Amino acid sequence: MFNYLLHRILTFVPVALGVATLTFALIHLVPGDPVIAMLGDDAQPSDIAGMRHELGLDRPLWRQYLRYLDSIGRGDLGESLSMRQPVGRLIVERYPATLELAAAGLAAAVVIAFPLGLIAGANPGGIADIGAMSLAIVGISVPHLYLGPLLMIVFSLHLRWLPLTGKGGASHLILPAITLGTALAAIMARMLRQSLVQVLAADYVRTARSKGLSRSAALIRHGLRNALTPVITLLGLEAGALLTGSIITEMIFSWPGLGRLMISAIGNRDYPLVEGCVLTFALSYVVVNTVTDVIYSVVDPRIRLQRR
Amino acid sequence: MSRHASLYVGGTLVAVLLVAAIAGPLVVHADPLAIDLADSLAAPSWRHWLGCDSLGRDMLARVLWGARLSLGISISVVLLSLMTGSLIGGAAAIAGGRIDGLVMRGVDIVLAFPGLLLALALAAILGAGLVDLLIALTAMGWTGYARLVRGEILSLREREYVEAARSLGAHRARILFRHLLPGIAGPVVVQATFGIGGIIVAEAALSFLGLGARPPTPSWGNMLDAGRQFLLVAPHLTTAPGVAIGLAVMGFNLLGDGLAQRISSR
Repeated sequence: MFNYLLHRILTFVPVALGVATLTFALIHLVPGDPVIAMLGDDAQPSDIAGMRHELGLDRPLWRQYLRYLDSIGRGDLGESLSMRQPVGRLIVERYPATLELAAAGLAAAVVIAFPLGLIAGANPGGIADIGAMSLAIVGISVPHLYLGPLLMIVFSLHLRWLPLTGKGGASHLILPAITLGTALAAIMARMLRQSLVQVLAADYVRTARSKGLSRSAALIRHGLRNALTPVITLLGLEAGALLTGSIITEMIFSWPGLGRLMISAIGNRDYPLVEGCVLTFALSYVVVNTVTDVIYSVVDPRIRLQRR
Repeated sequence: MSRHASLYVGGTLVAVLLVAAIAGPLVVHADPLAIDLADSLAAPSWRHWLGCDSLGRDMLARVLWGARLSLGISISVVLLSLMTGSLIGGAAAIAGGRIDGLVMRGVDIVLAFPGLLLALALAAILGAGLVDLLIALTAMGWTGYARLVRGEILSLREREYVEAARSLGAHRARILFRHLLPGIAGPVVVQATFGIGGIIVAEAALSFLGLGARPPTPSWGNMLDAGRQFLLVAPHLTTAPGVAIGLAVMGFNLLGDGLAQRISSR
């Protein structure tokens, strides 16, 4: 176990470095001059040169890159041009709201997926199965972009049960969480159904049933336990979708998180802030994937033995 | 659901959408850009089947022109991603050794970046034009195909029939084109079909955030964004593009499911 953990941590470092490098390349190598973009086309050459110097863009690329890595290491991501505050502080302020939203989205996904998957998997081919799986297909197809406004129309504007936008108590979290979690819930429900159907048809479950284990006990004791590993893999795979989905969800519900910060930074051509936000999102994704891999290896010992 | 239901339902949906995108603007004569403030926020009626937006532009015409843009961009992006990915993945597999290792580490790093985030960052830096949008979305899409094509080539290469062809003295190029590529086609077509649905959503998201198609050009994403201000008075402004995206994604997903079942049952 220790060896596996060590191996996983050692592979985390180059991937994180690669992601940081890609972020740097995106901002610095892609055609398009951030300084002219920020100052406008009719800026004075002296102003352009001054800003280049201020941002360190007049140095050789490799020195900019080393300075970039060094400043990440020190947790100093520069200063936001539009807000005149350290990028790191802005990110730390907004990040908890995004984590809260992502966690709520995940929770909503689990709450929706488990009953659907259980109902469908318990009676494959039955009416409940077809109904639940049709619902899942709709859930995968409805984009966040539309589901959010749809929920707002129904639950905030017509029924007036829940607040429209913003952040406040738990009631503010419900609609954004459902918006973010629905697609994941649909995929998870399909996966759960699939593994329940497989497990219930397996020889050892038939033996257990013939020895008197009830159907519902078989579903829960054998079915759900075996469904755990694919669900954890799915979470790792879908973590990226959850993070980028949170950007859209934050925009729809005016949720004060990192996604909204990034989009407003893009609008203001505030490149240091854009870079910091992109890096934070990308590194979060790498961390989530590493953590799911480790959890996976705890749940399923075959994984860590295989990779030795 | 019957074995082929998803293939037929998905295929029909996709066919209807393609016909609507190609022929729709020819049949519906309303100009998607013509402003008529007298019809501002008009509800669906006989004259305007899907109503009008805040500037009185016909929503049906806008949804149909939006379909051209969304489907056109998504299909182009998937073809571009497929070509880029196959070239890189295929070259890595054939070169093998160090080059393969190096290329695939690069692919892994791009894959370690959430796809939409990469497209978003690129679109933000490149600016908002249709070509920039194509580049940004292709950058997000090619890695999956690179991995798939490389993996398929590596596994097919070890099959008996390929080894037989090789031992009979078949030329490298002949093996690639006669034996390897036809074997890869199935899984690649399945992935590309799912890919189109994914790109439709990504394109809509970028346009929604103001990083894709710029108004007044109608795209499903920027129509959704514009409709958000009128949720209570004119919910049809979000419903029309929202349902269009949903149906398109559902169509391509079902078609992908159906094709995958077809291939695996063979």
